[in-house]
Amino acid sequence: MTIQEKQKELVEEFNALLDWEDKYAEIIKMGRNLSPFPEEHRTEKNKIQGCQSQVWIFPEFNDGKVHFHADSDAMIVKGLIAILVKVYSGHTPEEITQSSNDFLTEMGIANHLSPTRKNGLGAMLKQIQLYAVAFNAMNN
Amino acid sequence: MLVENKEIVEVSKRIFNIDEIRADFPLLHRTVNGKSLVYLDNAATTQKPNSVIEAIKNYYTFENANIHRGLYFLSELATESFENARLRIKEFINALSVSEIIFVRGATEAINLVATSMYRGGLLNDGDEVILSEMEHHANIVPWQIVAKNNNIKIKVIPIDDDGELILDNLSDFFTEKTKLVSIVHISNTLGTINPVKEIIKTAHDNGVPVLIDGSQAVPHTKVDVQDLDCDFYVFSGHKMFGPTGIGVLYGKTEFLKIMPPYQGGGDMIRTVSFEGTTFNDLPNKFEAGTPNIVGGIGLGAAINYIDSFDNSEIVLHEKGLLDYATERLLEIDGLKIIGTAKMKTPVISFTIDGIHPYDIGTIIDTDGIALRTGHHCTQPIMKRYNLPATSRASFAFYNTKEEIDKLHDGLIKVKRMFS
Repeated sequence: MTIQEKQKELVEEFNALLDWEDKYAEIIKMGRNLSPFPEEHRTEKNKIQGCQSQVWIFPEFNDGKVHFHADSDAMIVKGLIAILVKVYSGHTPEEITQSSNDFLTEMGIANHLSPTRKNGLGAMLKQIQLYAVAFNAMNN
Repeated sequence: MLVENKEIVEVSKRIFNIDEIRADFPLLHRTVNGKSLVYLDNAATTQKPNSVIEAIKNYYTFENANIHRGLYFLSELATESFENARLRIKEFINALSVSEIIFVRGATEAINLVATSMYRGGLLNDGDEVILSEMEHHANIVPWQIVAKNNNIKIKVIPIDDDGELILDNLSDFFTEKTKLVSIVHISNTLGTINPVKEIIKTAHDNGVPVLIDGSQAVPHTKVDVQDLDCDFYVFSGHKMFGPTGIGVLYGKTEFLKIMPPYQGGGDMIRTVSFEGTTFNDLPNKFEAGTPNIVGGIGLGAAINYIDSFDNSEIVLHEKGLLDYATERLLEIDGLKIIGTAKMKTPVISFTIDGIHPYDIGTIIDTDGIALRTGHHCTQPIMKRYNLPATSRASFAFYNTKEEIDKLHDGLIKVKRMFS
């Protein structure tokens, strides 16, 4: 699946959920299903400090594709991270840098990425793009 | 005849009726996420009664002009309203004189003003010591760290015990010849602890040291009498006591304010200006450079009139009822632990729930229209003391009800269910 196809699928899935409780239940479920974060990479270097919650992110670059590992101490943030990992992992740096993140607004969860949330998520999204740009430069 | 009139005015307090009080606050009646708002973040900021909103509207509709300047009707009217607000504040905290009431942006600016002015005026020098407590808001920590180059003011910290009470047994040992000020919070925004500030002030004065009290959380809840406390400075913010944001008060004893140099330079704080030098205005104007937050001051005056329309003992009684009921109901929840269990508390409850991150609690409970604060509440040293990254906090005002506490309880049960 392309990044766009994954995004479209998520938007449809979330728009079918009628109230916030169901949406959050789904987000929490996605967080629970996120692969465990490799403990050796739970370092200060890989940590994005939020005022309200913490986020760790670590990329691997194999066969021209980026794979993200991420974690958070807050479950909802972890679920939102799982969404980002699901969308962006397994794609080339070029595909990642060329993608848009409008799907988060369409899913109705963009408010979690606002700086006032101070949860490190917005910074994580930026970090995903920065890693992609860096791997792209390495590739060329 | 005059005396008789005064007596009549003083006895006419409003009856404390919760439905009528809630009707005074329009924002309390809005919905959030399709649910009635339950606003429990009053330690961060309070909602505003109609009388405050009307005072602001009235000022811009009928009185707006710059103050202390014009001879024309409007300027005089605006000046009178603004100075009337100062007089109301003076009466509210029982200051000796209106010239001891300095309008500032808020408690934060007031503390920065005192730190900067004391340092500039040589009342606080490199190597001197300031005594704070472990439960201070960042606003009463950082100004003392940045006032001198290289963090050259030594900060001594009064510790707190497991209940969130100050450990004052050896307070006298904190004082040395280098101690220039005790700067301490009246009521903790995170723990709700009411500190025995009168005793602390007495001890400090016995050691020849002045005291600043951060009263931001005290003024909306308790009666404050600066002469009775005998504090040298008392600071608070308007928006935490039902007034507008961007306005606050620095009370200072005249003997200190007189010898302290101005904090900022500009209009209104001067007597004469030439390129060779400037002479400064009298108190309080010396500390109020530039056009002040006129409407903010007027709004704060209206807020004080509102609070003062009730007998304070009724406010205290209602809030004690809220604190007791909320404590009881929250402790029914499995795994919930209250942080801050001092004997003397205002209605503030910080808590944790085993295995659930405060961010998750705050986010889920918001879907029920409940405004709860999560995080470190600008008191990171308290979080460190209890070895916590963050807490959730419910803080009440006198317009809150037991029904809202029931909603909080039910919301938290739902949170537990979602994360179990």
